[in-house]
Amino acid sequence: MAQLIFTQQLGRFMTVPQVETDAADLRGALDQAFGAHPRLRGYVLDEQGRLRENVVIFVDGQRTRERERLNDALAPLSKVYILQALSGG
Amino acid sequence: MSDRAYLATRKGLFEIYRTHEAWHVDRQHFLGDPVSMVLPDRRDGTLYAALSLGHFGSKLHRLDPGAIEWVEIAAPAFPPKPDDSEDKVEWAVKQIWSLAAGGPDQPGVLWAGTLPGGLFRSNDRGDSWQLVEPLWNIPERAQWMGGGYDVPGIHSICVDPRDSRSVLVGVSCGGAWLTNDGGGSWAPRAKGMVASYMPPELAEVEAVQDPHRIVRCAGEPDKLWCQHHNGIWRSVDNGANWTEVRADPLSNFGFATAVHPKNGETAWFVPAEADSRRVPPRAALAVTRTIDGGESFTAWRGGLPQQHCYDLVYRHGLAVSDDGRLLLMGSTTGGAWLSEDGGGQWQTVSTTLPPIYAVSFA
Repeated sequence: MAQLIFTQQLGRFMTVPQVETDAADLRGALDQAFGAHPRLRGYVLDEQGRLRENVVIFVDGQRTRERERLNDALAPLSKVYILQALSGG
Repeated sequence: MSDRAYLATRKGLFEIYRTHEAWHVDRQHFLGDPVSMVLPDRRDGTLYAALSLGHFGSKLHRLDPGAIEWVEIAAPAFPPKPDDSEDKVEWAVKQIWSLAAGGPDQPGVLWAGTLPGGLFRSNDRGDSWQLVEPLWNIPERAQWMGGGYDVPGIHSICVDPRDSRSVLVGVSCGGAWLTNDGGGSWAPRAKGMVASYMPPELAEVEAVQDPHRIVRCAGEPDKLWCQHHNGIWRSVDNGANWTEVRADPLSNFGFATAVHPKNGETAWFVPAEADSRRVPPRAALAVTRTIDGGESFTAWRGGLPQQHCYDLVYRHGLAVSDDGRLLLMGSTTGGAWLSEDGGGQWQTVSTTLPPIYAVSFA
């Protein structure tokens, strides 16, 4: 199962979830996380479903570049970090 | 007289309160997080705070009467942008720039103005929000443009106390707009304003005006005041016509204005030198007041810093309480001052707060 690890900075606003997923790509994995934690969606994505400007995601050590489709492939043991980008202050 | 007020700042929401001697900084909320707007809803005692999180977007929190803990509620959000839309604006809320309570006959109704130029309405105390599409869809929105931000925004929401369905909004830069049917239809309301930052042939176009702030007199609702990018304007006919007021002795530039809650001839301003130099004239802070509808102004300086003062009071940084004598002012460099005599004399609440975006009496 791939792991989603969300920044602990979100702990100011909610219990930071730990998510394991069998999704094949990033969008599917995030949708699983949001399904269990609906309020999380608006912190990571904007209302058009795009990655927020100052949120950054790493998949197995590689920063994702595609911010709309979020279709990066995940492997069964992928580690996905969802972090705050320092461009946001 | 109010004995409590709120300051929305770059690093949290601060309460100040009055003892028999002076005003003091009291509790803080959301310390470290930008609070772009605060709304004490006097209809039911609820407090609303809009957060503008650098990483995670705009959020809205509610403190119910008697409650100790804030609850995060829904934040205004745009519907999906149609695939065939030619709109160049991103349909994503960048900041909640204004909040207003509906009329007393509309319990639970709230209005929110946002960057980029969306007006939202809630009928359930912020548990859900709907974009006011008739305003979003006016053809003239294509002429709107950023004023202080990259995108246009709605900063002023003036509900008519005579009829809650009538609401006037101010847009930087997009003029002023009025609905008389609760948001179903909108008409421009910036006739008479002049934009000198435009080519001469476009200077009087209503949809490009930059009213920095518009306020309505509760007791005389047809009387409105506007601090515009290029001067001070007033209206005595609910915004149908605006007349420029040129008597301010210090400057016609600034952001904030407040109007007396009962007497629409009395209004306050906090002048800055010019748009090209946004500091107090001669680096000395002053508040100007007219009591005769703009025929004349008096500059008040008592208690305010008069040397090397570079405090700018932004759009929502000036408030007057219901009695018309208590005034609160907060600056972008963290200064907060309070007057209990209609602006003649000021006491310092703090000069070391975070940058202050908005102030409001409880």
